[in-house]
Amino acid sequence: MLQLTTDSNWTELGKYIIKTEHDIVQVRQLIRVHAKEMNMGIIDQTRVTTAVSELLRNMYNYGGGGEVLVETGVVDDKNALIITCADEGSGIEDLDLAMSDGYTSGMGMGYGLPGAKRLVDRFEIKSEKNIGTTVRVMKWR
Amino acid sequence: MNIDLHEKRIPIIKIGNFLIVSIQVDMHDKLAIQLQSQILEEIEKTGAKGVLIDISVLEMVDSFIGRMLSGMATMASIMDASVVIVGMQPAVAITLVELGLEMPGVDTALNMEKGMEMLEKRLKDDDYKLY
Ligand SMILES: Nc1ncnc2c1ncn2[C@@H]1O[C@H](COP(=O)(O)OP(=O)(O)OP(=O)(O)O)[C@@H](O)[C@H]1O
Ligand SMILES: [Mg+2]
Repeated sequence: MLQLTTDSNWTELGKYIIKTEHDIVQVRQLIRVHAKEMNMGIIDQTRVTTAVSELLRNMYNYGGGGEVLVETGVVDDKNALIITCADEGSGIEDLDLAMSDGYTSGMGMGYGLPGAKRLVDRFEIKSEKNIGTTVRVMKWR
Repeated sequence: MNIDLHEKRIPIIKIGNFLIVSIQVDMHDKLAIQLQSQILEEIEKTGAKGVLIDISVLEMVDSFIGRMLSGMATMASIMDASVVIVGMQPAVAITLVELGLEMPGVDTALNMEKGMEMLEKRLKDDDYKLY
């Protein structure tokens, strides 16, 4: 799977596998629990849960499922909830296009990626054709 | 009052001209799609003129559920029924806007009572149009 740079000071809170639609529901609920445990307000809890739900669905639809790593750590002097979603699917050929509002290669509305980016404080994406896609989002606490 | 409870996970209740649906679980995609067709079938079967969907329990509406709700509103309007979404949590409403999701054709009301008033008013307005 494609790796993003990490920091050895981050602490792992959980690691989850996405294989079925039920996993999407379960893991997004767990993300809310993590956000709550970090004392995020209700709006930020909802933002990060919704953003991750979009990423999980993409992973399920286009990546054949994947892995979700939840961590916490200090990033730019801020306490962050860090969620990394990695799959070994088809990958995204044109990232700029995929990140633009309204672009979909399927039957979606094309708001998943750009919308998720708006809902979090930091958004990183790395993708390679036929290797996979890794997306990381962070929400400050 | 005519109560029509289904065996499925999410019950649909009919009161007068209206269907009332209360979503009590975080829906996976298939359940959302199933609910959509269940409601449309029920509109067709009963000739209901309005649908109230209570989502006050939902802690999150992502693009999939949003699309399901607005798709249902569009299809219902083709069948001459209006859809009102009731009790959306403020955090959910804010998140939907930031996500960029507009839900065309979807009306919202603060609570069941307000939603019911909205539907009744619309039904009355439609009656006038006939004359
Ligand atoms: N994990 C992934 N693997 C491969 N392709 C992806 C992945 N995630 C997104 N894409 C591609 O990027 C496009 C845009 O994704 P985005 O989530 O913004 O929209 P969508 O999934 O098509 O629709 P929506 O999310 O609104 O239902 C997708 O149509 C798909 O082609
Ligand atoms: Mg998507």
